[in-house]
Amino acid sequence: MSFPWAKQYEPKMPVMRWLDEKLPLPRFVYNAVGAGYPVPRNLNYMWNFGVLAGFCLVLQIVTGVILAMHYAPNALVAFDTTEHIMRDVNWGWMMRYAHANGASFFFVVIYMHIFRGLFYSSYKAPREMIWLLGVVIFLLLMATAFMGYVLPWGQMSFWGAKVITGLFSAIPLIGEPLQVWLLGGYAPDNAALNRFFSLHFLLPFVTAGVVILHIWALHIPGSSNPTGIEIKSESDTVPFHPYYTAKDGFGLGIFLILYCTFVFFLPNFLGHPDNYIPANPMATPAHIVPEWYFWPFYAILRAFTVDFILSAKLWGVLAMFSSILLWFFLPWLDRSPVRSGHYRPLFRKFFWFGLIPAMVVLFICGGAPAEEPYVMLSQIATAYYFLHFLVILPIVSSIERPEPLPYSITEAVLGSDKKAVLGENTSPAT
Amino acid sequence: MATSTDTTVNTTDVAAETVGEDGVRRRDFINIAAVSAGGVGALAVVYPLVSQMAPSKDVLAESTTELDISAIQPGQAVKAVFRKQPVFVRMLTEAEIAEADAVSLGDLREPETLADRTLEGHENVLVTMGVCTHLGCVPLGAAEGENKGEYGGYFCPCHGSHYDTAGRIRKGPAPTNLVVPDYTFTTDTTIVIG
Repeated sequence: MSFPWAKQYEPKMPVMRWLDEKLPLPRFVYNAVGAGYPVPRNLNYMWNFGVLAGFCLVLQIVTGVILAMHYAPNALVAFDTTEHIMRDVNWGWMMRYAHANGASFFFVVIYMHIFRGLFYSSYKAPREMIWLLGVVIFLLLMATAFMGYVLPWGQMSFWGAKVITGLFSAIPLIGEPLQVWLLGGYAPDNAALNRFFSLHFLLPFVTAGVVILHIWALHIPGSSNPTGIEIKSESDTVPFHPYYTAKDGFGLGIFLILYCTFVFFLPNFLGHPDNYIPANPMATPAHIVPEWYFWPFYAILRAFTVDFILSAKLWGVLAMFSSILLWFFLPWLDRSPVRSGHYRPLFRKFFWFGLIPAMVVLFICGGAPAEEPYVMLSQIATAYYFLHFLVILPIVSSIERPEPLPYSITEAVLGSDKKAVLGENTSPAT
Repeated sequence: MATSTDTTVNTTDVAAETVGEDGVRRRDFINIAAVSAGGVGALAVVYPLVSQMAPSKDVLAESTTELDISAIQPGQAVKAVFRKQPVFVRMLTEAEIAEADAVSLGDLREPETLADRTLEGHENVLVTMGVCTHLGCVPLGAAEGENKGEYGGYFCPCHGSHYDTAGRIRKGPAPTNLVVPDYTFTTDTTIVIG
């Protein structure tokens, strides 16, 4: 992406000039995050979470590779090597808590990032591909986090592995053989633990690859912004560096304060105490729940309790997977030409008073036992969730009368756009 | 005359490039054959890459479990390990047998009598896998003082499935009865599972 006013890279040192002619890597960086990348001037703090997600990925890869130096993926010793990391390895306790809480904070950041996209309709043309790649990244993250949680081989690890692979057994005909193939046996055991380790190591690098495509796709139209209006002239933008490197750096500081508070003062707050009990294939813990970041989807899984046509078990599995897979169709379900929720009064109501409360209810029900009133509440919230995306959003986008949009980003920020008035508007190059 | 050479040259070219009445060239067949051979080769490579994850020989070579049941009193159950999964062996009381036989088959999700689920001459010994048929948790009810559910058998805490005294599903999301593994009595007090 480059607007006509984007600064050109001009190497000053001879060595950089030499490098630029052979392999223009510094030019690439300059055009990606340097002064060569103009960004809308009105981005708010909701636009910090992409960088934070990137930071979390690096954090998880670094601490993960370190933990893999001391952890042994064998059912006989996995739990013990985890405790060995906590007690004997220099700073091992910190590495483990940083990695475990890092996963939770990764999901906090990702959920903020996703809901930013949902409110400002960042998924709309021409940014569909960014959104689709983002959904792929989200699916990869969930698979990675699940397999990581299995590795310490505690009670929650073991029974999580059993239940999550058991989801596949709901598929007619191929389900049972598929679960056996995934586990490499008839119950979670060494074979399962071993391969989950291998895949937990692999997937973050696959994720990193998709993240590169995600950023590449973003740099073609450039960042969206809270008005949802495209960039019209130079006065709408500021160079990424130093303006947004500084702002992202500030956001990162706030994030690190919160994150470190958890790592150092509340390291087990977000975890489940039963995972400090070694895996016991003979007894299931009475209150088995997944990690908090899976609760909304777990609630959808458990909302189906009655057989009709298909078994309740299969309905639950289908609903849980389609609750995320339907995001792939979102750019085509929301037909409104206006992007930002700021200018869409009806959409805004359904977003804040429909979707968000439904997600909160699903979150609470997913963490609660499968008893009344939680089952009924999760059924209502699940129904609303699907209704929101499949019915309400398409209808709202066709009947809604949006509020008047500002002429440009500059006008939205300063109240007027002098360049536009003077006719000095420069159209962006495509 | 030059015509003879020209003809030879033309014939070869024409043979290779002739487009038949159906619009198919002879070379198209080579393309299809080559891509097919490549596809078969790729599948031959992918198969072992996928198959290696299936249970290995040591997992498949699962042995049998021999169990002495002489010490189990009526009304008691024990948990044994069979193929790394729990198996429940339960000595039924007269009351429990009567309760199981009193159930009408029409009320069951998977209709089976207690006699179908036990061995002849040993109707008081109920051997089932301790694996809930919903998502695979271990139901409660085998040990002393555990919740046996609304039907006096087993209760799965994961998603609330209730099983009766014959290990049959009566309530909750589990689709089928607790699985009865293959087993035989070698003596009056010894069973071999598997």
